[in-house]
Amino acid sequence: MTDATLHSPQPPRSLLVADARTRRRKAAETRFRAYGLIAISLGLAALVFLLTSVLGNGLGAFRQTFVEIPVTLDEATLDKAGTRDPKAMAKVTTVGYGKLIASALEAELAAKGLDTAAVDSKAIMGLMSKEAPADLRNQVLADPSLIGQTITFDAAATSRVDGFFKGRVTLESAARDSNISPEQLQLAQAMADVGLIETKLNLWGFLSAPDASELRPEVAGLGVAILGSAYMMLIVLCLSLPIGVAASIYLEEMAPKNKWTDLIEVNIANLAAVPSIVYGILALALFINFMGLPQSAPVVGGLVLTLMTLPTIIIATRAALKAVPPSIRDAALGVGASKMQSIFHHVLPLAMPGILTGTILGLARALGESAPLLLIGMVAFVKDFPSAPPEGLMEPATALPVQVYQWTQRSDPAFVERASGAIIVLLVFLLIMNAVAIVLRRRFERRW
Amino acid sequence: MSLGLLSLIVLGLAVLGFLAGRQRALRLAQGDARRLHSLPSYYGWQVFLFTAVPALALMLGWAFLQPMLVDARVASHLTLAEGASLELMMNDVRRVAEGLTLLPAPSSDLATLKTQLSDAGVALGAELRPDVLTAAREYHSESASLRMILSGLVILVALAGLGLSLARINPEQRARNLVEHFVLVLLIGCALVAVATTFGIIASLVTESWHFFQLYPARDFLFSTEWNPKFGGGSSLGLWPLVWGTLYVSLISLAVAAPLGLLAAIYLSEYAGPKTRATVKPLLEILAGIPSIVYGLFALITVGPLLRDYFAMPMGWGDSSSSVMTAGLVMGIMLIPYVSSLSDDIINAVPQAMRDGSYGLGATQSETIKRVVLPAALPGIVGAVLLAASRAIGETMIVVMGAGAAAKLSLNPFEAMTTVTVKIVSQLTGDTEFASPETLVAFALGLTLFCFTLALNVVALVIVRKYREQYE
Repeated sequence: MTDATLHSPQPPRSLLVADARTRRRKAAETRFRAYGLIAISLGLAALVFLLTSVLGNGLGAFRQTFVEIPVTLDEATLDKAGTRDPKAMAKVTTVGYGKLIASALEAELAAKGLDTAAVDSKAIMGLMSKEAPADLRNQVLADPSLIGQTITFDAAATSRVDGFFKGRVTLESAARDSNISPEQLQLAQAMADVGLIETKLNLWGFLSAPDASELRPEVAGLGVAILGSAYMMLIVLCLSLPIGVAASIYLEEMAPKNKWTDLIEVNIANLAAVPSIVYGILALALFINFMGLPQSAPVVGGLVLTLMTLPTIIIATRAALKAVPPSIRDAALGVGASKMQSIFHHVLPLAMPGILTGTILGLARALGESAPLLLIGMVAFVKDFPSAPPEGLMEPATALPVQVYQWTQRSDPAFVERASGAIIVLLVFLLIMNAVAIVLRRRFERRW
Repeated sequence: MSLGLLSLIVLGLAVLGFLAGRQRALRLAQGDARRLHSLPSYYGWQVFLFTAVPALALMLGWAFLQPMLVDARVASHLTLAEGASLELMMNDVRRVAEGLTLLPAPSSDLATLKTQLSDAGVALGAELRPDVLTAAREYHSESASLRMILSGLVILVALAGLGLSLARINPEQRARNLVEHFVLVLLIGCALVAVATTFGIIASLVTESWHFFQLYPARDFLFSTEWNPKFGGGSSLGLWPLVWGTLYVSLISLAVAAPLGLLAAIYLSEYAGPKTRATVKPLLEILAGIPSIVYGLFALITVGPLLRDYFAMPMGWGDSSSSVMTAGLVMGIMLIPYVSSLSDDIINAVPQAMRDGSYGLGATQSETIKRVVLPAALPGIVGAVLLAASRAIGETMIVVMGAGAAAKLSLNPFEAMTTVTVKIVSQLTGDTEFASPETLVAFALGLTLFCFTLALNVVALVIVRKYREQYE
């Protein structure tokens, strides 16, 4: 017995009942665990909230309201000479086609017995996109044999009518809107009831159409942006993969350990952390001002994204090279291969799955990058598709993430829906790339 | 002869050289490859390199020099009007010269020529002036003759390289060493691209900032508290409102990301079972893989209006949907995985023996974490937070879309403020004329940003590296 127990007699304690101090400590333990769980669930909740908000806003962009009317393509107005000569037919402007559509629509409304007393003929045309006559004209010019036939023409409805059927526009908000009136919407509702107006899937239209002006959000699409992004990814792949692999081979396998090599390594680590906007400044000063490359061209975007992805690819490639066991190199050297041969014939093929995985992840990062592209003029409004490479690489284009930014800067709320839709497309691309990377890793990665 | 065709010819010659070199080496060895120092294809590659590399190098150098030479000679023909820029006139000259190559029969009359040119797709802004036309003709003939000389020279060099290297082949020659040496130089060149990038970044930032400081006093830039660019001139370009906005947004984002990320990392590394860890960790890391434009849109259309309608407006703190709080919150979400992944690694690096010692003394798990693991891991965690901070400072799209554009020094987090990156974007997009301080200030801002993030990164990397060594 020690003195302590003699002088401070403790109350009798039970093993079955925890004393206050133990309870406190246990509670603290539970609390601490709960904090961790809460932190994780907050993070995951944020992820879910982010994705649902983007999906909720953007899915509408893949559906589009169309006015479906049978139009008789009258030879007397569209091709007076009757020669089907595209040059002669091109003389009929969109105004001519607009009149054709207007009369066809009014005739159809009368045939279905709809009351159009509340709206004048201009307002009836106002239900359709201003792009509709041009659409019909292009369709006819592309296929002159249509003339003389009666075709069912799907004209995109304006963004307000589209919004009305998607619940974005109401009769109350239309009363305050100078672009649409409640009467027009009531007519649109009546037309929808008899099947003249229908909201349907417009996936291909959204993915392939070029951007459209401020007033025609209903026909704006992602065609040019997707093509521009594809061109840039092509450049990034063709440049950053060989350069990155060569640089990593040198640093990992060949370089002597001295302070110059150290310098390059520190350099690469720092480059990976340089803010992306700084690369944009570099591109502006070097590629555009100094070398005189054109603004908003995919080649400039591709070059700057290459510089940005290089550190990622180098880091991934070095990890992959490091994972190949030294015995492979020793065996190759032992049978008389040179160092270069042992690397290119044996180490590199074995490291390839890891390198490709890293490259795809680097490309995915480059695809979502927008800040540097803003500075090299890719925010310009581009309606024309760039031609095929190599000339197309020098022509103005835009990129997926930049298109999103551009659409959010416009006033019409229909563009917000389009921007969210574009984000979905971007995320789907990223998802595919990441999935490919994971599959590559699972299928081909070897554990030594 | 176009450069593309020329390089194709050179490459064709080089391929021929490869086959010939390989053949010749084999013949010299009487068909027995064992008598050669290197494998036969190395002799081929050697000829290939000697044929292609000098010729292509000559072509590249010439392609850079030729415009300068021609420009200098042609410019003497031009009479510069008052206020006209030589650069613009030279552009016209080049376009006309290009048009002349397209036209089968260029007319001598100015007006007809202009319509001919515009039919050929060469649109001229101003009127076609006689001196421009003379200059263009001169340009046209000069570049045509220079191009002829170049083509001849390049093919000559290629043939010379081919002949000489073929003649040099003998069985004792160390072809492999030579080829491998070339490959090594190529590899070093690629490794130097990274250094060149850094150099390019620093050079472009410093020279353009230098231009800026010659137009605008550095003292005002560094010490003024007013940011008010006017494109007419007389603007005040003080750095501080932007730095304040940047720091404020970063602070809020770190206040979100640091505790959440750290607690998540602790839970994942100390409490979670392997299964939970294997699902939750990648899920959290998705947050880091989502492009920042997505976060920007999220801030713009969801978080901003939400904060405005449910917090700022009822409390009377402001009515702007873009605010420091919006950008900070959203950026904080983005940064969670940056903090959690790194902290997770660092917590895992703390030796198990330290934990066991603590348990042996009767400490609970949370007491062990708080009193033993975290203090041991603290330097690494600080490093992780610093790295996240450098991300936050350099982040662009979220603040462009979520923080607003008004430069002010205010404490209210529900007010719109602006950051360094936002102003770089707004000063450099649209009309970029590189002579006004309002545009050039972007480069000075970029330099500031670069220095800030570089310092943070270096400190963070040093701390993390030191810490790793401690337990290895």
